[in-house]
Amino acid sequence: MCTVCGCGDVVTLDGRKVSHDEAHRFGLAHHHPAPSGGLHHYGLGAAGVSVPGMSQARLIEVETSILAKNDALAAGNRQVLAGLGAFAVNLVSSPGSGKTTLLCKTIEALGAAPLAVIEGDQQTDHDAARIRATGARAVQVNTGKGCHLDAQMVGGAMAALALEPASLLFIENVGNLVCPAGFDLGEDAKVAILSVTEGEDKPLKYPDMFTAARLAILNKTDLAPHCDADLMAYEANLKRVNPALTVLRVSARTGEGMEAWLAWLRAGLAAKTLGA
Amino acid sequence: MHEMSLCEGIRKIVEDQARQHGFARVTTLRLEIGRFAGVEKPALAFAFDVVMRGSPAEGARLEMLDLPGRAQCFDCGVAVEIDHRLAPCPLCGGGKLLPEGGDEMRIKDMEVL
Repeated sequence: MCTVCGCGDVVTLDGRKVSHDEAHRFGLAHHHPAPSGGLHHYGLGAAGVSVPGMSQARLIEVETSILAKNDALAAGNRQVLAGLGAFAVNLVSSPGSGKTTLLCKTIEALGAAPLAVIEGDQQTDHDAARIRATGARAVQVNTGKGCHLDAQMVGGAMAALALEPASLLFIENVGNLVCPAGFDLGEDAKVAILSVTEGEDKPLKYPDMFTAARLAILNKTDLAPHCDADLMAYEANLKRVNPALTVLRVSARTGEGMEAWLAWLRAGLAAKTLGA
Repeated sequence: MHEMSLCEGIRKIVEDQARQHGFARVTTLRLEIGRFAGVEKPALAFAFDVVMRGSPAEGARLEMLDLPGRAQCFDCGVAVEIDHRLAPCPLCGGGKLLPEGGDEMRIKDMEVL
């Protein structure tokens, strides 16, 4: 019994009996006795279907990145940012690392510098409201069930923000140490934020994110003595997954390390503005 | 990772290619997946079956080809192949390796009708 079409072992072709296997192997159209009364069986080639004038299965070389559409949109965002001489950072971390607090303190410290914020969360506009309370412009993107921001969402938010030339753009991604690593948004750098309450081995458990980042902020250092955090072990593990990573120790709450973070941002913006 | 959205990307490419090359059905689709792409292959295979329904690739066979992970060793300076992100350098045993390749995710080719 043929498992492909359900014919018996022998089929009849032009009155001659041939083995059903042979009929299939040579791609001979044959008559299938179907329950409803006869079925002309043309699905014999490897292709499983026959189209007049069309050869069976052909190979199409595609060589296209699965994320090609996202990458093309990200390239468009990057071009817009380059034209404005704007410097964009994509803040990535697990939920609760202190991204929004760090951002609020950063905005306060930057004073009148032109900047804007794109907030990504699955639900609510709580974070955008916190940012707007500082006087900065913010757009909230709710991804719904989505676990990351993509380049299309960021492009739409950028258009809504109407960025000023030479501004800083902060994109606060959905709290997630996995998926945002793979999605280019057109940013200049990913900044990974890791708080000292999360565990020294976090970079080893989620290496993709820390490999994709250019800067890591070891945040909430004021809590380190209270939770026996080994800051040297944090740094060693960060460098292990990404030897080129710059690491800054910061406490957004006490202000420790904030000056180094602001200097990093200003240097990035200066380099970008020169190129515009 | 995000296998469902990756499959939506695949579906979009399949539909674009179907229009461009005038085919109705994909019988086999071959993906190249780098060792560091962060793709969970069983999850991708599951999402593929679901997402391709109603597209030219419905019922297509999915083949996944592994691409090696590549990294630059900061100790001996050689570009090496490694099996996982935290593997030591196979040449000098050093632990400071910067991944440089192996995060590819692309459709290599497809057999179509």
